[in-house]
Amino acid sequence: MSKIDSKIPAGDLETKWTKYKSSVPLVNPSNKRNLEIVVVGSGLAGSSAATSLAELGYKVKVFCFQDSPRRAHSIAAQGGINAAKNYQNDGDSVYRLFYDTIKGGDYRAREANVHRLAEVSSNIIDQAVASGVPFAREYGGLLSNRSFGGTQVQRTFYAAGQTGQQLLLGAYSGLQRQIGLGNVQMFARHEMLEVVNIDGKCRGIIARDLVSGKLERHFGHAVLLCTGGYGNVFYLSTNAMACNVTAAWKAHKKGAYFANPCYTQIHPTCIPVSGDHQSKLTLMSESLRNDGRIWVPKRKEDAEAIRNGKLNPNDLKEEDRDYYLERRYPAFGNLVPRDVASRAAKERCDAGFGVNKTGEAVYLDFAFNMKYKYGKQVATLKHITNPTEAQLTEFGHEVIKEKYGNLFDMYKQITGVNPYENPMMIYPAVHYTMGGLWVDYNLMTTVPGLYALGEANFSDHGANRLGASALMQGLADGYFVIPYTIGAYLANEISVKSISTDHEAFVEAEKNVQSTIEKLFAVKGTKPVDFFHKRLGKIIWDNCGMARNVEGLTKAISEIKALREEFWNDVRVTGEANDFNPELEKAGRVADFIELGELMCKDALERNESCGGHFREDHQTEEGEALRDDENFKNVSAWEFKEIGNWDLHQEELVYENIKIAQRSYK
Amino acid sequence: MVYYFKTYNHNQYKKLNIMSGNMNINLKVWRQKNGKSQGKLVDYKVENVSPDMSFLEMFDVLNDRLINEGKDEPIAFDHDCREGICGSCSMYINGRPHGPNQGVTTCQLHMRSFKDNDTIVVEPWRSAAFPVIKDLATNRSAFDRIIASGGFISINTGNAQDANNLPIAKDNADDSFAAAACIGCGACVAACKNSSAMLFVSAKVSQLALLPQGAPERATRVLNMVAQMDAEGFGSCTNTGACEAECPKQISLTNIARLNREYYKAQLFSNEG
Repeated sequence: MSKIDSKIPAGDLETKWTKYKSSVPLVNPSNKRNLEIVVVGSGLAGSSAATSLAELGYKVKVFCFQDSPRRAHSIAAQGGINAAKNYQNDGDSVYRLFYDTIKGGDYRAREANVHRLAEVSSNIIDQAVASGVPFAREYGGLLSNRSFGGTQVQRTFYAAGQTGQQLLLGAYSGLQRQIGLGNVQMFARHEMLEVVNIDGKCRGIIARDLVSGKLERHFGHAVLLCTGGYGNVFYLSTNAMACNVTAAWKAHKKGAYFANPCYTQIHPTCIPVSGDHQSKLTLMSESLRNDGRIWVPKRKEDAEAIRNGKLNPNDLKEEDRDYYLERRYPAFGNLVPRDVASRAAKERCDAGFGVNKTGEAVYLDFAFNMKYKYGKQVATLKHITNPTEAQLTEFGHEVIKEKYGNLFDMYKQITGVNPYENPMMIYPAVHYTMGGLWVDYNLMTTVPGLYALGEANFSDHGANRLGASALMQGLADGYFVIPYTIGAYLANEISVKSISTDHEAFVEAEKNVQSTIEKLFAVKGTKPVDFFHKRLGKIIWDNCGMARNVEGLTKAISEIKALREEFWNDVRVTGEANDFNPELEKAGRVADFIELGELMCKDALERNESCGGHFREDHQTEEGEALRDDENFKNVSAWEFKEIGNWDLHQEELVYENIKIAQRSYK
Repeated sequence: MVYYFKTYNHNQYKKLNIMSGNMNINLKVWRQKNGKSQGKLVDYKVENVSPDMSFLEMFDVLNDRLINEGKDEPIAFDHDCREGICGSCSMYINGRPHGPNQGVTTCQLHMRSFKDNDTIVVEPWRSAAFPVIKDLATNRSAFDRIIASGGFISINTGNAQDANNLPIAKDNADDSFAAAACIGCGACVAACKNSSAMLFVSAKVSQLALLPQGAPERATRVLNMVAQMDAEGFGSCTNTGACEAECPKQISLTNIARLNREYYKAQLFSNEG
């Protein structure tokens, strides 16, 4: 085990970033034209990075596996994006956003990175608005804000329930502009399948053209992986179907350390599983917790009657309901962070209070606020002094519709139940991964010239991400961090000419990809790829999900090893290599997920503490809260790949100079 | 025009919700090896379909079966987020883009919208500007090229002014947002007898024309985007309104009126015209 250097610049936290960006080496404009950068992924991080770097004059190539860069999964983010603007005059500041993020991450994130994130958060909103992102506004024409979990200020900017869509399309339009100008070359329907290292530096990638099946070699002085998280290792998650770990995993196997893989976020408010056919889960935005109250019946017999369809939840009296978050966490109530809310839901359902057929659902109920918060407001505006209950519902209905209309429609579409009349049923689901490729302050991985941005890296959210912070981080990395920090590396590369893709390292890398593809076809087994993916997902969900323990994790590791064997002996990949072949794509991704799954469990087993989304049952307080072990685990676990199923552990000490670490409390 | 669809939709929807229990579905699916080869409709029977399944999950079940049987390759179709926002999924179901229900994408269509023993015909988007890649997957990169021709605000990263320095009337912001809800799926083109992309183009033109930030490039934007749209081979708009009726994000036809206004104004008064 060795220590690794995060290259955090010296100096005061408040001035560190400003000073650093004023002193980081620059590349002069004529040299920029000769430097080539490969960007993999076109979500918020990838689009914003590619656009900003192309504007600076670098030659940029962008790759995405979707048919258009506009379809990257950032598009599905619903609720909002945080920024320390303090437009609401409610006491927000850069320091408070920084503090909330570190605390929300259960004191497992890097101070310097998080402070930088908070500093640039305001610029992101300015940039987005200037590029035409239509955020929600008040009648005075100014931007509107709402609250998200784990904070007590209103700092979340939003565009109805489609904030990710609007931000991504904003970044995408900037990218398309650069493509039109000839500064960016776009490769849609291309999947990165290998990184190419030459003399210890990353110098390009091997990509597969998903339409023709042809393998291509692409040189870059630097390569940026903006390829998102690995939540689909669980099979069922709120990620898009094709989200995968492959790019990050190939980089990991070529020398990039993988940090904190066990930190995964289970989001408390998702639509529950409806049956075995389920292919993915749908999130109901955290913003709903502004007005929705979470509850289960107080008595088990009521819960059972509801499950059997004998009792309508609307008929259950107020005093017979257990608003368990408000009860357990009076200071934050329904707006506790995601990990806390998810565990609390699991606790109630495990205790037998679940409200759907499977017993794995709780209510998210808008009736109270619909009537008594918004209904009353509207009634007052209309000068109705004694409104009837029906009037209150009617008035409130309109307000709720304006605020959350598209989410309510989506819920109805999926479940067939009208959420204006019945409380929503929700249950936690895998949503985000805080772990990812280890990066230093410059966002560079342990391979020189290879960077990771956005969800693909590990750096800003510690062991639990706060709501509305993913969009913030993706855009911060792409718009405001990498355009500066990449100079630290590229300033020394100006004399390096483009390396021919006939170089033996490219030939070798392409051969490896080719042989993996041939190997997949050669198995000629009996089971489709999804069969293995589902089984892997179940092993991980049961043993490395919301609660973990030594016995389960140990068992999971051996089960995953066995599954890997079985996959390579019994998978059936149909079709041909030189063709549009979604089954082949899936097969490669699942093979990587299986290897990652083992590392996740290993990481969870080694981390003998609970923190944020990593909850070890053997490390909890008497009240069932996560119990950290700061003496032994105030660090980042960074795993170095040795061979399949074998890793070396390195650690980065986390130093808290500006925040006093304490047990996280939302009571 | 539109009304036929709306009525049809209404009746069908009513019928649907009374269905419960699992069903058998007869599919006729367009199979085409690649852009060069000829395609044809192939019959498949899918049994024991749960009404809670999404339309695409039914395809997953069918594909798993095709793989197990080993006779036929699984059906290729574009899909990703499966929550109605990425715009990937694009099936032409019983003669309608995204199927019988209004305001939803294929991935948000659930089998409770069909009944036992229904026959469902599934085809790819039909438009010369969207060539078939394989089976139900088409190439929609023409849309990207239209955006690249002008669907942006020319602002570089960094140093934007404070976001609240420029208040925007709520109504304008809301209208801009409503236009920006477009997911670029191409249903408007698929629905149009002329394969016109006017709804798609007008949504982007409107979004930016309604915002003060978009004002400086207003004229060049609309002229360039329309020119690119024509170059891509999309047809003309004859105001049938089929695009609005089938748009999963219910983008309004008003945007096309605004596009026309912007276009004429740009032609008459701008230097580029």
